Amino acid sequence: MAEPKKSDETVDATPNVTEIVQQDASTTSEVEAILDTRVDRGEPILQVRNLVKHFPLTSGILVKKQVGAVKAVDGISFDLYQGETLGIVGESGCGKSTVAKLLMTLEKATAGEVFYKGQDITKLSGRALKAVRRNIQMVFQDPYTSLNPRMTVGDIIGEPFDIHPEVAPKGDRRRKVQELLDVVGLNPEYINRYPHQFSGGQRQRIGIARGLALNPEIIICDEPVSALDVSVQAQVINLMDKLQGEFNLSYIFIAHDLSIVRHISDRVGVMYLGKMAEIGTDEQIYEHPTHPYTQALLSAVPVPDPEAREHRERIILSGDIPSPANPPSGCRFRTRCWKVQDRCSTEVPLLAIPERFQGLDSPVAHESACHFAEEKDVVGAA
Amino acid sequence: MSIIDTTKTIPAPRGDGEHQGPLLEVRDLHVEFHTRDGVAKAVNGVNYSVNAGETLAVLGESGSGKSVTAQAIMGILDMPPGKIPQGEIFFRGEDMLKMSAEERRKVRGRKIAMIFQDALSSLNPVLSVGYQLGEMFRVHQGLSKKDAKARSIELMDKVKIPAAAARVNDYPHQFSGGMRQRIMIAMALALEPDLIIADEPTTALDVTVQAQVMDLLAELQREYNMGLILITHDLGVVADVADKIAVMYAGRIVEQAPVHEIYKRPAHPYTKGLLASIPRLDQKGQELFAIKGLPPNLLKVPTGCAFNPRCTMAQDICSTDVPVLHPVAEQDGTELVGRGSACHFWKETIHG
Repeated sequence: MAEPKKSDETVDATPNVTEIVQQDASTTSEVEAILDTRVDRGEPILQVRNLVKHFPLTSGILVKKQVGAVKAVDGISFDLYQGETLGIVGESGCGKSTVAKLLMTLEKATAGEVFYKGQDITKLSGRALKAVRRNIQMVFQDPYTSLNPRMTVGDIIGEPFDIHPEVAPKGDRRRKVQELLDVVGLNPEYINRYPHQFSGGQRQRIGIARGLALNPEIIICDEPVSALDVSVQAQVINLMDKLQGEFNLSYIFIAHDLSIVRHISDRVGVMYLGKMAEIGTDEQIYEHPTHPYTQALLSAVPVPDPEAREHRERIILSGDIPSPANPPSGCRFRTRCWKVQDRCSTEVPLLAIPERFQGLDSPVAHESACHFAEEKDVVGAA
Repeated sequence: MSIIDTTKTIPAPRGDGEHQGPLLEVRDLHVEFHTRDGVAKAVNGVNYSVNAGETLAVLGESGSGKSVTAQAIMGILDMPPGKIPQGEIFFRGEDMLKMSAEERRKVRGRKIAMIFQDALSSLNPVLSVGYQLGEMFRVHQGLSKKDAKARSIELMDKVKIPAAAARVNDYPHQFSGGMRQRIMIAMALALEPDLIIADEPTTALDVTVQAQVMDLLAELQREYNMGLILITHDLGVVADVADKIAVMYAGRIVEQAPVHEIYKRPAHPYTKGLLASIPRLDQKGQELFAIKGLPPNLLKVPTGCAFNPRCTMAQDICSTDVPVLHPVAEQDGTELVGRGSACHFWKETIHG
């Protein structure tokens, strides 16, 4: 499987972060905060800075006029390091899948940068983009609609080789596909079967094999197990864990199931309405959450332990997530927050280590976009 | 209109005295589907019962027969291809499978109501929600359109839809997922039934909204003292609300137990595996335990215990003899009330 990967593009591995900081003064502290918290994990493989995606809303039939925008992603920054898993959680409509599409450059970003090894991929096109895409692959949510029913498994997994012929010479492809099937735990003899002959879990393995075909460095998984049965979920999660170790992959793992995200992730980002509410290591987020939204989200997850139901404190949020076409001013969570004060409607809280926790050598000190951040153990893990 | 009784507006008081025993009792129910490829045995002898005010959770993976059982109880099974070759479903002591279609229709909606999983596809997109809610009153109670609408608004208030009076003429697409599920709940509650069957009521919802909806359901259940059958695959949701649990696998109940017992000491390898395979929010685990293999194809269910090809404890007897639901007892022989396990080796499973 292993082979010399990546094209020989020599790019400056350090993105010019200072330049970005100068460009956008309002986010200075945000970017600096991210740089400050960097422990020795080497150079990030992917750096996302102030990523924005607005989908225009138009009116008029002949003469289209933009009347507004759905602010699906509105200024997101994070880093991804080699070999780590970054989980992204949030409710439906918070923009997590749009982030995935932007990282894959399937959607064009309205603003912001995505640096892959120092190169801004949002500005790339043509051959250069194709070369980058080889290293960033995706596994989709629904294993039923993401595989073409008219193609055999061999064709589905081998299709990336048609687009990037340099990875596998023509005569070698069948063998490579069989190797991939073996790697994801399917019988290599199934190469001529069609997707409908497989169960949901097996199909998701096929999806993963396709994602692995080009030896990527980053795999973006958008809800990879949410369509699967409980007993099959564990199989797929274990497989992904194993593959990460084997191929030194970096995952961006998008899901709404907080328990699964905790299991697989090294770091977790919590999104709300197009913004990152809180980001930190799994311990920081799950055991020491400081953002009220994270606390509410965690407390709402049903725990498979009936003993807990009497004494577990639950924060039940009222209402639904507001429309991203018309998000609340200031802090976007303020309409559902129980701590809301005047300041929240006027001042957008920045994603940074809250002042009161700065300099503390404790898991509480992580980035949280709340004016009134305080620790609260809602999971009862400590 | 004549077929439907229009005189009775208030449902009979709970526990009307005539009938002792459980509200609903399913006995040895079998359901099969005759398809081109053969007979798919979806339900193979299910027994369970629910009392007023009690919550029974039916847990199982897709294809385990949990929804088909519910459809048979509601009488909304597609027949053909579905067929009920044997079994009885007693509601207040009366076998519903022996009722005429007309009698059945009087029970449905008024005595037993159902909440479906996907609220968007369960509501008619071209009719306002007020009209759809009011249909219950117009058809079952013969109310006028105006009165029915007034009752709809009351109901929407009851399920905590904000500004109910203003939203009664809105269409389903104008509501969010959580609000739509509330409308489904309102519809099920309309005639104050004795029993509600909720088929994966929160699976399509976000966790924060799921918590709201489950809370609402529990509150209304207490208020009306209804029986609730909660069908789900989520072990977390079950732990939060259920009184007792029936775990289904390949059309059979493999384990039955009060909720506190089953999480502490599962007595069936399938339940044990299921519990071990879910990641926990409050602890960072190592590698997850995975039940190997796949749920069985209902056209060819394995002989003996249907779980035997995936079971870590399987022995020869498991592939030949179908295990009955053994009563589960402590090591010293005292029986554990309400527990049963369909495993030849339940003793080894529960007592180590």
